Amino acid sequence: MSIAKASGVAGFPLHEHFERPEQQVDASKLGMWLFLATEVLIFGGLFVAYAVYHYLHPELFKAAHKFLDVRLGAFNTVVLLFSSLTVVLAIHGAQQGKKQMVLWNLFLTIVCAGTFLVVKYFEYSHKFHSGLLPGYYFTNATVPSPDEAHIFFGIYFLMTGLHGIHVVIGMIVLSWLMFRAYRDEFNPQYYSPLEIGGLYWHLVDIIWIFLFPLLYLIR
Amino acid sequence: MSAPGKNYLNCKKGFASWALTLDHKRIGLMYLGSIMFFFLLGGLFALLLRTELLSPGHTIMDAKRYNQLFTLHGAIMVFLVIIPGIPASLGNFALPLMLGAKDVAFPRLNLLSYYIYVLGAIVALGSLIVGAVDTGWTFYMPYSSTTDGGVVLMVTAAFILGFSSIFTGLNFIVTTHKLRAPGMSWYRMPLFVWGIYATGIIQIMATPVLAITLLLLIVERVVKVGIFDPVLGGDPVLFQHFFWFYSHPAVYIMILPGMAVISELIAVFSQKRIFGYKPIAYSSIALAVLSFLVWGHHMFVSGQSELVGMIFSVLTFLVAVPSGVKMFNWLATMHQGSVSLKTPMLWALGFFVLFAIGGITGVFLGVLNVDVHLHDTYFVVAHFHYVMVGGTFMAFMGGIYYWWPKMTGKMYSEFWGAASAIMVVVGFNLTFFVQFLMGAQGMPRRYYNYLDQFTIYHQISTVGSYVLGLGFVMALITLLVSLKNGKTAPKNPWHGASLEWTHTDAVPIETNFREQPVVTEGPYEYR
Ligand SMILES: [Cu+2]
Repeated sequence: MSIAKASGVAGFPLHEHFERPEQQVDASKLGMWLFLATEVLIFGGLFVAYAVYHYLHPELFKAAHKFLDVRLGAFNTVVLLFSSLTVVLAIHGAQQGKKQMVLWNLFLTIVCAGTFLVVKYFEYSHKFHSGLLPGYYFTNATVPSPDEAHIFFGIYFLMTGLHGIHVVIGMIVLSWLMFRAYRDEFNPQYYSPLEIGGLYWHLVDIIWIFLFPLLYLIR
Repeated sequence: MSAPGKNYLNCKKGFASWALTLDHKRIGLMYLGSIMFFFLLGGLFALLLRTELLSPGHTIMDAKRYNQLFTLHGAIMVFLVIIPGIPASLGNFALPLMLGAKDVAFPRLNLLSYYIYVLGAIVALGSLIVGAVDTGWTFYMPYSSTTDGGVVLMVTAAFILGFSSIFTGLNFIVTTHKLRAPGMSWYRMPLFVWGIYATGIIQIMATPVLAITLLLLIVERVVKVGIFDPVLGGDPVLFQHFFWFYSHPAVYIMILPGMAVISELIAVFSQKRIFGYKPIAYSSIALAVLSFLVWGHHMFVSGQSELVGMIFSVLTFLVAVPSGVKMFNWLATMHQGSVSLKTPMLWALGFFVLFAIGGITGVFLGVLNVDVHLHDTYFVVAHFHYVMVGGTFMAFMGGIYYWWPKMTGKMYSEFWGAASAIMVVVGFNLTFFVQFLMGAQGMPRRYYNYLDQFTIYHQISTVGSYVLGLGFVMALITLLVSLKNGKTAPKNPWHGASLEWTHTDAVPIETNFREQPVVTEGPYEYR
């Protein structure tokens, strides 16, 4: 029953079970906020696990985190912050009906996401080579107390891995939005998919903002 | 607009018109059929378990097979039957109608969550190919990372099903906020909607924690990360904290919709305005909030500190308050009403008695020192079944019988409906009341064997379970027979006053209402 019908507002594809355009936009935004709440709670479980083991092994966390590359982590933080800006600019472009601005900013956001993943790839492969891996696969002997250090790297891979999956999903969402923008589906009356996709991308950024200090900058 | 004689069932025909439907009513029926299938499967496993317990020692299966069967019974009943249960089937069908909406807020997401459910069900059954799981539905660590069998698949299934539940809850919350008919203020919403809304909050707030817990379990089993496994430096009690942080609220995902149905049934079959509308509505929200603060009562003997145990014990007592508020308000609603003992009302009265017993024994278990004696005994099994079957499932059956005429346009046989409801209540008490007695005497749960002194209790329980099983099968056959032989249902057979009865055709049209309903009074103004 979600066949688009004339809404009285030109260029706004209103679904049949809604009465007014604002109603449809509000509903989709509320839905996205609720979904973001579930995402925060999913990561919340990992943050709790981090807190528990940091509390149990403070010295170990301090020693093990030195094996992460702070410069690469900081670089990725800047990249993601910049991508949050480009997403906002894309929405701004849609509000003003500037198609090129939407397309270029979405493209830049996707490039940022890709850059992030490439850097992450180099970080991961370095750890694979040095045996800094979770659980049974941990083989590095240079870390202090190697019997327990695998827990830190287990948490590191879980947190950054789950975040990385979200970056990949974000790239898919952003590409789909770019395709729709290319097909002229957005206009100053109708751009809520961009806002909703943007909300998701901001969440991906914000989670990284928490991950970076927790993992790379342990005092 | 639909022509006369056309309704949501006959407007489109063919397999694809069902498989790809975005109509919340059809999706509700698809859920109902799937859930009932798994209910029968889980029930069959229960009967096999009870048959094994007919005599001490090996009766029809060995210990390993018994462990696998109770795990399957638990996992199917929890994740595939009771958690989706009322919201996904009756909620999907009735909630938009009750609000005066044309559909849920996100019809495509609604269909997607149905297929996520189907996928989860397939993966759960697929675990049988790798080898049946014997961990119990709680998947306690470190056992579930070391035992053989398809633990990863079963856990993945629960993970997938969690997302189906999240999307359903999200859809209903947004629908309630954004798609109410003109004049439908919050206090004019039927209490069913309040209950489903409160359930949605829990689905969204608790299920993600289960998702990450199960993900960690999978990673632990596959990569040996060592978060939960003490051999690797992990903490198994942390798993229990994570698991129950979801799974205690999850029992409210199961019971709140049951209470929501009962509020409708008690009011309609007493033909009296519900007593204490606001207390009932807010007690649902209170239960949703409290449900997040009591998870530690599952770990009184898991090595949590005495102080923490005491705090969780006191918080657990608080749960009895909103539950009691509901019970007394329902009682007051029936007082001096014109109570008619139609089949749905019989299920509701069954709920009333059984849930009262289940609720009060829950308080026993919440008492710290009593629980040290009773934990992991049949007392817990009996309590849980009194709440989940005696509570939720009785309400579910009552709800199905209540909305059946609206869903299908057919009236069923009152005689057979009433007979099966009575049979279920009798069989249920035979099965589970004796379990309180043997639990109090120390019969541990999850054992395929027992001491001779428990024989008579187990035999009564097993005979009871056959009566119970027969009652449920009769109840379902009564409904199926009505599809073929039932009289055509009138528009409003129970004289209900909410929109799904007053403003729709006998069987609703695809877009629910021929005209946009405008609401001018509450849902319980009978005349
Ligand atoms: Cu509990």
